[in-house]
This record gives sequence, C-alpha cells and structure tokens, in this order.
Amino acid sequence: MKFDTPSAENPTDRLRVVGQPVDRIDGPLKTTGRAPYAYEHHDGFTGGFADGLARPAYGHVLGAGIARGRIRSFDAEAARRAPGVLAVISADNAGPLGQGPRNTAKLLGGPRIEHYHQAIALVVAESFEQARAAARLIRVEYAREAGEFDLAKVRDSGRAPQDEPDRRLGDFAAAFAASAVRIDAVYRTPDQSHAMMEPHASMAAWDGDRLTLWTSNQMIAWGRADLAKTLGIRPEQIRLLSPYIGGGFGGKLFVRADAVLAALGARAIGRPVKVMLARPLVFNNTTHRPATIQRIRIGATADGHIHAIAHESWCGNLPGGSAETATQQTQLLYAGAHRLSALRLATLDLPEGNAMRAPGEAPGLMALEIAIDELAEKLGLDPVELRIRNDTPVDPHDPQRRFSQRQLVECLRTGAARFGWAQRNPVPGRTRAGRWLLGHGVAAAFRNNLVMKSGARVRLGRDARVTVETDMTDIGTGSYTVIAQTAAEMLGVPLAQVDVRLGDSDFPVSAGSGGQWGGNCSTAGVYAACMRLREQIAQRLGFRDAAAVRFADGEVQAGGRVAPLADAVRDSELLAEDSIEFAGLDRKYQQSTFGAHFVEVGVDAATGETRVRRMLAVCAAGRILNPKTARSQVIGAMTMGVGAALSEALHVDPRLGCFVNHDLAGYEVPVHADIPHQEVIFLDGADPVSSPMKAKGVGELGLCGVAAAIANAVYNATGVRVRDYPLTLDKLLGQMPAPG
Amino acid sequence: MDDCLHLKITRRRLLIASAVSASAAALPSLSGAASRDAPQTAAAPVQQRVRLRINGEVHSLELDTRTTLLDALREHLQLTGTKKGCDHGQCGACTVLLDGRRINACLTLAVMHEGAELTTIEGLGTPGRLHPMQAAFVKHDAFQCGYCTPGQICSALGMLDELRAGQPSHVSADLEAAPTLSADEIRERMSGNLCRCGAYSNLVEAITEAAGSRA
Amino acid sequence: MKPFTYERAGSPQAAVASAAAHPGARFIAGGTNLLDLMKLEIETPAHLIDVNGLGLDQIEGTADGGLRIGALVRNSDLAADARVRRDYALLARALLSGASGQLRNRATTAGNLLQRTRCPYFYDSDLPCNKRLPGSGCAALGGYSRQHAILGVSEACIAAHPSDMAVALRALDAVVETLRPDGSTRSLALADFHRLPGETPQVEHALEPGELIVAVTLPPPPGGRHVYRKVRDRASYAFALVAVAVIVQPDGRGRVALGGVAPKPWRLEAAEAELPRGASAVATALLAEARTTRENAYKTLLVERTLAAALAEARS
Repeated sequence: MKFDTPSAENPTDRLRVVGQPVDRIDGPLKTTGRAPYAYEHHDGFTGGFADGLARPAYGHVLGAGIARGRIRSFDAEAARRAPGVLAVISADNAGPLGQGPRNTAKLLGGPRIEHYHQAIALVVAESFEQARAAARLIRVEYAREAGEFDLAKVRDSGRAPQDEPDRRLGDFAAAFAASAVRIDAVYRTPDQSHAMMEPHASMAAWDGDRLTLWTSNQMIAWGRADLAKTLGIRPEQIRLLSPYIGGGFGGKLFVRADAVLAALGARAIGRPVKVMLARPLVFNNTTHRPATIQRIRIGATADGHIHAIAHESWCGNLPGGSAETATQQTQLLYAGAHRLSALRLATLDLPEGNAMRAPGEAPGLMALEIAIDELAEKLGLDPVELRIRNDTPVDPHDPQRRFSQRQLVECLRTGAARFGWAQRNPVPGRTRAGRWLLGHGVAAAFRNNLVMKSGARVRLGRDARVTVETDMTDIGTGSYTVIAQTAAEMLGVPLAQVDVRLGDSDFPVSAGSGGQWGGNCSTAGVYAACMRLREQIAQRLGFRDAAAVRFADGEVQAGGRVAPLADAVRDSELLAEDSIEFAGLDRKYQQSTFGAHFVEVGVDAATGETRVRRMLAVCAAGRILNPKTARSQVIGAMTMGVGAALSEALHVDPRLGCFVNHDLAGYEVPVHADIPHQEVIFLDGADPVSSPMKAKGVGELGLCGVAAAIANAVYNATGVRVRDYPLTLDKLLGQMPAPG
Repeated sequence: MDDCLHLKITRRRLLIASAVSASAAALPSLSGAASRDAPQTAAAPVQQRVRLRINGEVHSLELDTRTTLLDALREHLQLTGTKKGCDHGQCGACTVLLDGRRINACLTLAVMHEGAELTTIEGLGTPGRLHPMQAAFVKHDAFQCGYCTPGQICSALGMLDELRAGQPSHVSADLEAAPTLSADEIRERMSGNLCRCGAYSNLVEAITEAAGSRA
Repeated sequence: MKPFTYERAGSPQAAVASAAAHPGARFIAGGTNLLDLMKLEIETPAHLIDVNGLGLDQIEGTADGGLRIGALVRNSDLAADARVRRDYALLARALLSGASGQLRNRATTAGNLLQRTRCPYFYDSDLPCNKRLPGSGCAALGGYSRQHAILGVSEACIAAHPSDMAVALRALDAVVETLRPDGSTRSLALADFHRLPGETPQVEHALEPGELIVAVTLPPPPGGRHVYRKVRDRASYAFALVAVAVIVQPDGRGRVALGGVAPKPWRLEAAEAELPRGASAVATALLAEARTTRENAYKTLLVERTLAAALAEARS
C-alpha cells in the first residue's frame, strides 16, 4: 500500500480497540518468566531448519586490553588445553570476515585493535565456567599506539560530515551582533551508555550452510544483512530470531560481537553456541552515545523574539563513524530569520559512537533548552512565554513547508496549568523546604517523526483466530500489543482472538524498532495487510464492494447483509501480506512530535545532592495507539532523562583510552528511589499525514528535553548554572551559598 | 598530563602518564598480558553434588563448584525466568527468594545451598493463573522489556515480608517504629532492582496494590 | 573464575584448621564481594571454606552492657535488631544506607569489614593498579578519581574503603574478635583493623593468613544523638562520595567518623576535641592532611558542609 495522500477516515478511527489502554498481551509471559530471551533457548530449541539440536556450548568473549595498536602475539595454547574447551576463535583462525555497513569497527579485532575491549577472541567450552576461565589463560602482547581520546583536545580538527553540511539562513553574524539581547554559551554532554538490562546475547546453530541465530536485536533485516556480509554468506542462509529483547535503546540496532562470534563458534565446533557479553565488557565493546561540546548563540529583540540563532556541535568518532546530530532540532524548533547550524566530527579512538534513544535531539535539547532558559532570564521573560513567543508554524528554512501538526504551544500551556507553573518563584535560590532548596524547570520536547516501509502478513485461520506475522520487534515498546490492537480493530474481532508473532526473519520485513518510528510504521504495515485480508474475506463472503464492508463484533456487514467472519474460513484459511510504503508526504510536510517537560527538584542545601520531586510531561504525538504502553514509554524516557541530567556519564581516561566506569555500579542509571510519581498527558490529535494509523512516535520524544528541564530546575533552586552534564554535586557545591 | 595530586610524581606514575606515547608498548605494566597471572595451566574443575528444593520440587545436581545459584537455575535446570543482567550484584535482575529471603542469585554459589528452599518466578504463578503481584504488574504496566521483571516481582515479595516483619529502611523516619507501606518506603526498598526501561513509577503502583490485596 | 575445592566447615576451629592446611584458601560467608572478584579473577582462591554454618549468627548482650555481634550476622538482621535500633542507631542507619535489600540479606558483619575497594581500575585486569598487581602503577592518580580517597592515601594507591557499616563501627569503638589457626584468639580495635596503603596497598587489614573473624563487639551504648549522612549521586544503591557519622552528647561532646574519603573508616579523636568550636573547626582538623586530585578535590568542601549539616541535625 502506497501512502501518498493524507489518510481519510478509515476503520481504525472507530477506536474500539486501537487507542484503548489495554494491558500488554505479552504481560503474562513476561511476568511469569516464560518469555524466552536470546540466551534462553535450551534443549527446547526447535523450529525452522534447526530441529533436533545438540545442547549448546558456551562462548566467552575476550576484549582487547588496549585502546589502539596491534596484537604482537596471541597465545591461546593454554586456553585450548584447558578443561572443557572446544575451540578458540580469533582473527588468526576465523577466516576472512567482511564488515556490515552499519558497523564502524570490526566485530572481531586483531591484529589491528581499534578500540578498548574490541572483541579479539571467543573461547568455546562445554560450560560457561570453563569458557570464562579459559579466556583468562590467553596471553596477548600488544604494540600500543597513541590515539586520540579527548574530545576537547581534538575538537578543532573536526570537519563537517558529508551528509550533514552546515545550514545557514540570512546573515547570522550580523543579526546576532545587532541583537538587543544575546546569549553565547558552551554546553557539554558526556558519553552515555544504553545500559539495557539484558546484555547483548546470541545463540547460533548451523545446519549445513544455513545459520539460525537467536539474538537480541532491534532490526531483524539489518541484522540479517550485516551478519551475512560479515560472515560472507547470503542473507537467505540466515534465519534471525529475536522475539523478546531485554531492552535496546539503540544499543541493539546493529549486529554486535556476540552474534558474529556465536556464529563462528558454532561453525567451528559443529554444535550450537551461545554467547552473552559479560556486563563489564558491554560498555566499551558495544556502542554508546557520543559526547558533545555545543556552542549556542541566540540574539533576541528586547521583547523576546529570536532574531538570530546558531547551534554548533562538536563530537568525535572512530574513522568512518557518524556524527551525533545535536543541532537537528534547532533547525525546526523556534522561529528566527537568521540561522546557522553546524556539526563538526573529529576522529577519536574511543569505542564506537552510535545511536542511543533520540540520537541528535536528546543531547541537542540538553543544550538548547538550557540556552533558552538563560535567554528567558536575561530577557526577564517567563521561559514558557519565551518559547510560545517563538513558535513557528513552518520550517524556518523553508516557509512553504508546514508542520503536519505542531502543538508545542498547547503542550506548554497545558503543562504550565497542570503543573502550577505560575506559582514558581522565578528568582533562583529563594524557595526552601526543610533541608531542600526547591527549583522548577521547564523545557520543550521535540523529535522528528520518521517513517519507514513496513510489511506484515495476516492470517485468518479456520478457527477464526487472527495471526499477525512481521519481523517487527518489541523492545519493551508494546509492539505486540499495538499490533494486536490494530488487527483486532481492522478485522472486528476481540483482542484475545489475535496472535502476534514478531522478530523472525522468516516474516515480512518491517520498519523495526528505532528512531521512534516502530509503533506507527509497523502498525501501518499491519493495517495494509489487514486491508488486503478484508478484501479477500469480503470476496469469500460474496460482498461486492469491499470498501463498503464493515468488520465488527466478529461479523462482516454491508448493505444490510451480515455474515459471521468465521464463514469466510470454513473451508480454508485466508492469508494476506502487504506493506506500507511512504511516498512523499514526509517531504511535503514537516512531521514532528512535540512536548513539554515540567520538573520540580530539591537540592540539598548542604550537600548539593539533587533529587527530582515532581515530573510532568505533555506530549503531542499524533494518535496514541495505546495510552497505557505509550505512557510507559514516556515515563521510561523521563527516567532516562533523570539519569542523563544527574548521574550518567561514561568517564574517559584519556591516557588509557577507555571508559573506566564500565559496569552497572560505576555507570549510575536511576534507581527506584530517584524517581517520583510521574505524570503524562497526551494531547488528542490524530495526524492523517503520518500514516493510516495517524500515529507518531513517542518513545524518544519522552526523553527529549527532560535533562534540560532538570538542569533549569537546579538553576532555579540554587542560582548555579551548570552547563556540563551530568549535574553532579561537585559542579554545584563550590558556588552554592553556605547552608543556613 | 596535569598533575593535581599533591604528591610526588613517582616512577610508577610516570609509567601511566607515558601511556599516551607510542613507545608505551615497551611498558610491561601496560600490556594486557602482564597484568594476568603467570601460571598457564588450568586446574581441573571440581564437581560437587548439591540438593536444592526449588518451587517445591527437589533437584539433585552435580555441579562445577564455580556454578552460581543463578547459572544453576538458568543453565542446569532451564529455569530461565531468573535473569542475568550483570552477574555482579549491581542490577537485581537475578533476585530469588532463598528460604523466604530475597537475594541476588548471581553472587552466591549453588553448592553453598545444600537443602535450601528456593522460590523463583516460575514458582509464583503461570500465564493462565497469575500471582496477585504478577497480575498487578500487568495491570499497572509495571514493566516494558520484561527482563528485570521476574527479579522485581521476587524482590517485591521479599521486600513486603521484610516490611511486615518491621524491618526499618534508610528512609524510615523513626528507626524503632513499625515502618509503613508508603511510596517512599517502596522506592527505597526496591532500589536494588534496576529497570532501565524506567517503569519505576508504575512499579510503585503495582506493588502498592498487590501489597494491599495480600494484607 | 578459577576452579576451587569447596568445603563446609563444621566449627570455627575446623575452619581455621582447614585454612592452615590449604594455603591460599579463603573463607566465604555472604560472598557478595568475594564472588564478584573471583569472577574477574581478582581473587583466585584454590579452596573455599564455607563458614555460614558455624553458628556465628547471634547478637548477644555482653556482661558490660555492650553487644556482641556474630561474624555471620547478616547486615539486614543487624540493622533490624531492636537493640541496635534503640542503642546503636548510628550502626542501623549506616547499614541501611548501604547496598540493596538483597545484598544486605546475604552480606555479613565480617564480610562487610573485609570488602575491598570499588575503585574501577582495581576491577579491570587490563588497567594498572598497585592493589591488584603491585608495581603496575595507580591509574586513579591523574585518572578518573572523583570517588577516591583524600585521607590516608599514598603515592601507590588512593582507593577508598566502601563500607558504611565500618564507619559506624569505628565511631562506636568496635572491637574485632578473631580466631587464629593455632587456636588462639585475639581482639583488635577496629581502629587498628584496616591498614593504610603506604607502599603495600594490597595489604588491607591486620588479619593473618587463615585468621577468622568470629565476632564484633560494641561497648555499652554511647547515648547521645546519632546521625549518619551518606552523600551520593543517586538516592540509593550507590557507594558514598562522602559519609559522615556523628554522635553528639547533650553536653556537646561527641564523636565523628568519615566514610568514602579514606582507605579505612576515618576517625581522628583529636578532631573531636574541636567539637565545641563548631563543625568548621572539626572539619579543618579532620582534613588537615587531605591530599586531593583534581577530580576529588570537592570532597573537602563536601565533608565540611555535610559535617555541618549532620552536627546541626544531631543538635536539633
């Protein structure tokens, strides 16, 4: 189905199932521990061409002990001789390996080492304990080479990425110089880790030249293609399955070392092999959100209209890696006639930087939304009002191009009213509750709505049960549930009558889970397949005009005639497959999601510890397919925003070239006690430009701006402006007044 | 390398500082190999028998002494509901109830628990017949990816027992008074269970409801 | 983790005898730090002696009105004990601020005292660390050191001791009772239990090989107001950046101990003499010998401010 004109009324508009806050259909499996994740397919491993498998052996990954250089000698003899060891795989014996286009560094390093903890060997043994112990027996000598690990040091060597040229409008320099009120500040965001709860894990089994890989991956088709490229086989030789994923946040968008090494190990020993990355390896071995240094300059008129705005961002990555597009939102969020945005990418020899939840906007808004707060203060204007005053209904760089929907102002106004924003004291450091200095902060949320082709097939079985199959993944986002809701709505059956099967490369290729496009696009693909199936059902039941047929309550009706749905499959099942293909509307209209975050913090007057006391998000993201699961995505994102604001940073040792705090004790994600009750408001508004589902993404929007709202609240509480995330107490303490 | 330490620069420190130079390969202290132990032959694994009563059923296992309780459950008994998130006691995904008390299964050896009574997530409810805590999790959407969820559920049950037994917590205002089932108490007591999907706000609601229904 | 033989000791005497017979053996109780380190082969015992069955899990009153805490008493049980909550609130508070509910259910009194630093360089065998591999250098010096110690440090090591419990025990004048392989017993003041790194940061405590902690005793309740303030980045389940333990008597005298700032629980009786002159004077005395890095220099100010807040709370 081609989607090239805004969607008219369609069956999903009934909102009998779609749009309802139904419980997750995978909930009973997950809460009882019965949902099998990648590492958990034991003797019961069946299906596909991998029937009758032997018990899997265990692989343990050895990471490089240096950041950059070469392996001078690699001695695995002791490991090979160790009890239970079946094989040691390394660059020496793995055979030629390709590299998937989505990987920057090699997934099996050696002799060249590109980053710290790059995988250099897999030890395969009968037991996990044996494999882990034997890996420590491998003797590696390195020739260490100098590298660049300090972004501040290399930033001036950065270049504009080829696909991200500078964007200019008007004459920024002159307009900024002439502005009545100006701010010019530099902000820093650190390297961050996805830190999903399930470490990267895979289990591989070969049957001849065909590979079955159970893995934890957000993008099945990308994964299959890149794994095939890496192994030098055809994608059709690989079946990739990822039905349950213990969190991803972008960290599982790409095939990683666990998948490649499990496949190589299994091939070497002729038996299934499973590999889970040890947690202390995850932080340096896999990808992370790269650090940025951002300079923002804004010139405004005395009455608070932005006249000139410039956002420049510096980041680094391995050679061939991409840039963190932190300036993205600044091109679209606020009005202003004179504009500049520029990215600079330098070479760093740290582990590979790549997408993490809301890449670009998340760190970009961490900076921009402090800058707006600073401007508001300089103007003596309320920060909510300043944002409203600079709203723009069109793409500022292309005024012909309107937003399909833009409810930023409504988000801000709704949130301000609900939060009691008017009661806050705009003067910093004046509100006290016991030992706590209280502060309130606001930030705008913005994230583009991306659309990707997505396919599905839908079967109406002879028992009248509906089965949806697509290679879409559910990384906690609720895909199983919203897809079931879509099929139930489209075919007029109860939710319980729908089975959803996901995450299997034997199924039609979907949009996958990334860039907050998954929910909207994958359900739109299911919509397309259901439309096909409806035609077939109508035909079977003898309805002439399929478009006029209504599916409801297990019945099909048109022109006064009613037929049970089950009648259509009395003799044989029906199967339909289609995909949604987006054609042009995303160019004609700017499609974005909007929100506003309001936060109250307490900062301990003595110690500078910041604790979040209240959080409110107002989100406008098209139709909300399931308010319950969508709300969960938003509160989860808000929680990640608390981490980004207050505690999360991968600390680089620039002498050793690694992230030093590489475990879950050292990399502090928020715990229960850090998170208050969180409130989320969704603004109504189906967006017919987005897809037939009229939905947009919300899982990343929820993160965008949160950290800045907290930073602004900390400023309001203390009068200390910190522009360097995370806002740990050591950055506040020296400037805070003596506690009274 | 700026030196902010008010100490003399030692030879060792110079070694570290020179890691940035290309000649660092000549420094044995910085090579991965040198930091490993010298002996190059592996001792043979030691097998030992242990009997565990898990979810009411007795299991007798012959295990490598190195096997953690977590790996015994997951890899030897296929009870994979108990999750491995960090294997170092830093996330709580492996929480089980050992003789009724919640512990991290990753930081204890299976052989240490001869005759112990263990409850894992598999022993609480089934998809068709959920335990009240599991049902409350579903109702309040107290999870997303589901990987920390079994640990959260086992931890919540253990936590409620601790609370009912009158054990204080870090946030109990009065150490000697019986603690109350407040949101703050739940948050503090559940802080050993990370949820990166960030379901904490819903978790508090689910646990509060389930606690009420069990009281 | 290297292979090891395992035994369950039947009595304290049998445990120490076995330790003497197995060079390189380690006792295992809660195991929450030992197993953590064994997985990384930072600890590589060839023999484990499980001491959980020794019956050392009782908390008993002593003849002089103090408390004798068995070495195997779990942290959660110790914090929940009515006598501890009433008479040694500092200890209950310190315990409850540490780790997580699950860890406290396993971690023991003796094991908590013996837990090793959380310095991330110590935990990564590919990075230099004098404590793990003497002579390899201290990477934390001039490296990532915002969690590290500022008191009692040496050129060889700036790792901090991570225990909260030990800080309270130090303020409470606790004494460690041990049993030695030859069957003799001894008592060690907690003040003398942990060693400063000096040139040998791998030596962390005064125990001899095979010596088993059997109990920790507390003198009679000190009275006064007890406040334990732990400062950390997240609100729970994190090690202290700084912890301050204070006991203040109605007459203004008192005790002060610090955590998160030294390789051992830190207490200077001389600094306590400054209490009448106020928090700032105490902090100045405590921090006179502080040696900081660029990343942990904030800890001196943090100690000063936290101490002031804790004393104010204790006097309120």
